[in-house]
Amino acid sequence: MLTKEQIARRIAKEVEHGQYINLGIGIPTLVANYIPAHLDVVLQSENGLLGIGPFPKEADVDPDLINAGKQTITMLPGSAIFDSAQSFAMIRGGHVHLTILGAMEVSEHGDIANWKVPGKMVKGMGGAMDLVASAKHIVVAMQHCSKDGQSKLLPTCSLPLTGIRCVKKIVTDLAVLEIDPAGGFVLLERAPGVSVDEINAKTAGKLIVNGEIPEMTFA
Amino acid sequence: MILKTVKNAEDAVSDISNGAMLMMGGFGLSGIPENCIAALLKKEVQDLTIVSNNAGVDDFGIGLFLQKRMVKKMISSYVGENDEFERQLLSGELEVELVPQGTLAERIRAGGAGIPAFFTPAGVGTEVAMGKEIREFNGKLYLLETGLTADFALVKAWKGDTAGNLIFKGTARNFNPMMATAGKITIAEVEELVPLGSLDPNEIHTPGIYVQRIFQGEKYEKRIEQRTVTTG
Repeated sequence: MLTKEQIARRIAKEVEHGQYINLGIGIPTLVANYIPAHLDVVLQSENGLLGIGPFPKEADVDPDLINAGKQTITMLPGSAIFDSAQSFAMIRGGHVHLTILGAMEVSEHGDIANWKVPGKMVKGMGGAMDLVASAKHIVVAMQHCSKDGQSKLLPTCSLPLTGIRCVKKIVTDLAVLEIDPAGGFVLLERAPGVSVDEINAKTAGKLIVNGEIPEMTFA
Repeated sequence: MILKTVKNAEDAVSDISNGAMLMMGGFGLSGIPENCIAALLKKEVQDLTIVSNNAGVDDFGIGLFLQKRMVKKMISSYVGENDEFERQLLSGELEVELVPQGTLAERIRAGGAGIPAFFTPAGVGTEVAMGKEIREFNGKLYLLETGLTADFALVKAWKGDTAGNLIFKGTARNFNPMMATAGKITIAEVEELVPLGSLDPNEIHTPGIYVQRIFQGEKYEKRIEQRTVTTG
């Protein structure tokens, strides 16, 4: 099973030179630490910044400079600041190439649920619905099962949806999977030491296994 | 030039009364109108409808309004980080309309720009789409969202001049510029109020036409929600 850092390291391999990328809160934020240095990419923060830099040193903390997770950040040379309408114009307009976000559930058709547990948790969708409705490529970072062992990769989502038929790829603590346009999770890679049988047992939706499944490698 | 200055926050919010609909700038606690919030807390106005991306934290920002039960309805995109909010919501004391963040921003932009409604893909196939017109354009589904305006927009800028021209700083800009356009009365509080002619017209983010009142805030705490630093 992968740690959160290892999930982030595997997702970093999805990043391509020249991309503008939006990273969600949680594991997706960690991906920034593992993007290979030879790739030129720009990270977008939906509260109004292109060009997110590393976290500041204590002396450089600026309350007027935060990311979408409300963490203090810095700007890289060449950064641009803009308002929230402009931010989502570039998201909806398809100018952001890659969106990486977390999920509570994903269905075998690429539906995603990540904003609400009725009667229990209501935090709101933030920018997730806009992001999943528009991004060209969506990668989900998540745990394969809930804390009580229930699969989060389902035939259909049970929680309120964030978006439909939008997820392309999923990296969990057990596997890398791709959504088949006809429905199903196509198994691409296994976490080191994890068997196809275990992944099959822990995937409630339809798992598609074609031939030998390699162990994953990391960025 | 038309001068927009008022003495202080108390004067600026003096005619905000029970049942008013307010837009309040900020993302998290960054770029919130701290001085207007303090003045409204003193007035203890009731039954407010507040349009704001977030609802503050328990003891700062809009969270302070919630503690005093001043809010009837919130229109927001993300309200985590606030236990009192979640309690009032789950118990039914507080009405909440959750709106995708980009849709919220565009509804405010549209409202201020005289656009009554627009189509967006965000929320298609989710409960956000319930009761809304869906239409297909170029093979993709979109839903109809309406523009938003408010009785008052309370915005916070870095610098402003006496004509109401505003410049924002860093990611404290966020929702403030759109909200400035969508208030019937827009109140701008600034860290630094400067004389006419001190701001470069090329660098104005919000032209003074949108601002009815401006004052320099007495103090800014600028509380940080997630102080995250690197060592070494």
